[in-house]
Amino acid sequence: MRFPSRPATIAAVAAVAALALTSCGTGAPEGGGTVTLTIAANAISGGKNSESADWIKRWVIPEFEKTHQNVKVLFQPSGVDDEQYKTKIALDLKAKAGADVIDLDGIWVGEFAQAGYVKPLAEVGGAAVESWEGWSQIPQAVQGLGIFDGKKYGLPQGTDGRVLYYNKALFRKAGLPEEWNPSGWQEIIDAGVKLKAAGVPTPIQINAGTAMGEATTMQGVLPLLAGAGAEIYSQDKWTGASQALKDVLGFYQRIYGGSGLGDPKLQQEAKGRDKSFARFAEGEIAILAEGDYFWRSVIEPAAGVAPMKDRDQVVGYTKIPAKEPGAGIRGQDHTSMSGGAVRVLNPFSKNPRLAWELLAFMHSADATTSQLAGQVRISSRTDVNDEVLAGDPMLRYVADEVLPITAFRPGLAIYPQVSVLLQEATAEVVAGGSAEEAAAAYQAKLEGLVGGAANVSG
Amino acid sequence: MARPTSAGDAGGDAAGLGRGRAVAFVLPALALVGVFLVFPALWTIYLGLTDYRLTGLAAAEPRVVGLDNYTGALADPEFLRSLWLTLGYVGGSAIVGQAGLGFTLAWILRTRRGRLRGLVEGVVLLSWILPSTVVGFLWFALLDRDDGTLNALLGTPGLGWLLDHPLLSIIVFNVWRGTAFSMMLYAAALENVPPSHLETARLAGASVPQQLRDVVFPLIRRHVLTNLLLISLWTFNDFTPFVLTGGGPEGRSEILPIYVYDVALRGGELGAGAAVSFLILLINLVIALAYLRLLRGRRREAVHDAAAKGPPA
Repeated sequence: MRFPSRPATIAAVAAVAALALTSCGTGAPEGGGTVTLTIAANAISGGKNSESADWIKRWVIPEFEKTHQNVKVLFQPSGVDDEQYKTKIALDLKAKAGADVIDLDGIWVGEFAQAGYVKPLAEVGGAAVESWEGWSQIPQAVQGLGIFDGKKYGLPQGTDGRVLYYNKALFRKAGLPEEWNPSGWQEIIDAGVKLKAAGVPTPIQINAGTAMGEATTMQGVLPLLAGAGAEIYSQDKWTGASQALKDVLGFYQRIYGGSGLGDPKLQQEAKGRDKSFARFAEGEIAILAEGDYFWRSVIEPAAGVAPMKDRDQVVGYTKIPAKEPGAGIRGQDHTSMSGGAVRVLNPFSKNPRLAWELLAFMHSADATTSQLAGQVRISSRTDVNDEVLAGDPMLRYVADEVLPITAFRPGLAIYPQVSVLLQEATAEVVAGGSAEEAAAAYQAKLEGLVGGAANVSG
Repeated sequence: MARPTSAGDAGGDAAGLGRGRAVAFVLPALALVGVFLVFPALWTIYLGLTDYRLTGLAAAEPRVVGLDNYTGALADPEFLRSLWLTLGYVGGSAIVGQAGLGFTLAWILRTRRGRLRGLVEGVVLLSWILPSTVVGFLWFALLDRDDGTLNALLGTPGLGWLLDHPLLSIIVFNVWRGTAFSMMLYAAALENVPPSHLETARLAGASVPQQLRDVVFPLIRRHVLTNLLLISLWTFNDFTPFVLTGGGPEGRSEILPIYVYDVALRGGELGAGAAVSFLILLINLVIALAYLRLLRGRRREAVHDAAAKGPPA
């Protein structure tokens, strides 16, 4: 607290310094002597995305070093909120430093590319990139996660889908069916009312507010908006305070506006999302909207951050319903949103060719299979998915039922700012404001952001 | 106190260095000040005039946008709210809290010796020397809504101190955190108050408030002002509350340093962040100048008093 200087600068300098220190080793020249490569990911053993961290340390590094003499691979872990990780990596690349192979959320690729922080893979990695065997195994839609302006910037690690998780034990207690398939928003509210009456402290958790960051937009606003028939960006216009958006905010109001169905404070707390995980695991939250990440990394019985020993028996999952049957985008009855992480090459790497070899190695069929041995997920490679997903009915469900109806966020640099406006709109509702007011405030801010009412629809 | 002889006094070369060597001695220091202080400050002013961003097109090619960032910030209700919160935070935790509690402790302990004094000083100092992040998380654990120690002690499970009273929480936190400095400074200042003056006042029937007003404060006024100047500036630029509340809920504890972090790093608007930083610099300057003016005013009065009395025999 005793720094007589501006904290933003201190934070920036500290972040850059921390990263500069860890990347010191990359200075060795290519060929001759020992070369060091560094991998950065928002994963850390015993914490966030623990399985990925362990996979990198126990499989990727030893296997790669086995075939590459004189190469030393280091792992630079993080275990923080996505927004903080993004800031750290951006500062890193801004200082032309950082790890050689970097994990990014696919949605950041556009803004990083525009800033010149990442370059197309072929520009960094050379001719070997185009001839890589893996491209043919990655479906076009999934490749899209790493593409910006028609150029490939990153290798996708896989994709995901969003569903409603529910606690079957609590449902039984409230006299609700254990095989639950809500066909509209009203049925979610109805279930919530019954659960509340049966003594469940927090029947429904739909992420809201700014503290949850992108999790609010991705797990809450956007799937709901799609269920009300609108996409956030379509035909070159951003969705403003349209009826669809008002419906979404109205749904939030029914949950957080005094009905007791949701816990408004949980949405405002600095660690609210982590707490929502813990509460679901403890049986205090009955219905929760999340991605398949929740299934494989959060309530996973062994290595999850909020493990549920009886996950496979107790936790049910169902597609997120549209407002009413057929009211979703493309006339759908259910909706989802998808995203996914990519790995990029640091354009300022001292050993770009070697870095590409490492990156390609991490996305080989062997590597992907080995990663999935620790943690089943929907990988980017069809050949591996066919083999592995059979072992996990939930992920099979996402791959077969959810991905066909899913939608993606617009890969535009301005999207994250629009996302913040959506989070602020939900925050206003959670704090007790009306959906109408929140929508009007959102509209005004959106017009200021995207350059006038001409770029806003609704 | 005598003022230094004014510049231009031809016979003022007391060290006998000559102009050239004198300049050579000062130059390294000036270069350091220039590189590490003046240049970053000027750079901040320049950045504040651009639309520079952390990512996206404007990160590669920032454009000069004139005073837009400044007018934008001054018209932003969040900036104004943040400014008021900061003033409340400084007033509550530094000026009232730390200085008040620090003086009270120093006053009570001034005649004590031995274990009790050592214990109190030790505990107060400990809260000051622990690393910020460590105490931040300790306080987070204390005030947390779900498993917080305070709720366990009071038997009030589920009371969200950081959510319902975010500003009050960080004020109490900072009083706890920073009282040591004021206490030590006032303890040293009180040593300078001759016990005979207090004794005389007491014999004349002065109550404790009267003693403080008429004997103690006139003698330690300079210390009080210096202390207030320092802790005001420190607290104004304090970032530690971020560990407790993250500026939330919904900005209700977002003091200016956290606002800058939010704008510049989380929101990626480095240009706007630089503009706000510069505004903070200006506000700090105003605070510092106000205190210095008070200090100087006191000093001049003291000189006048001394002159009126004449030199001691």
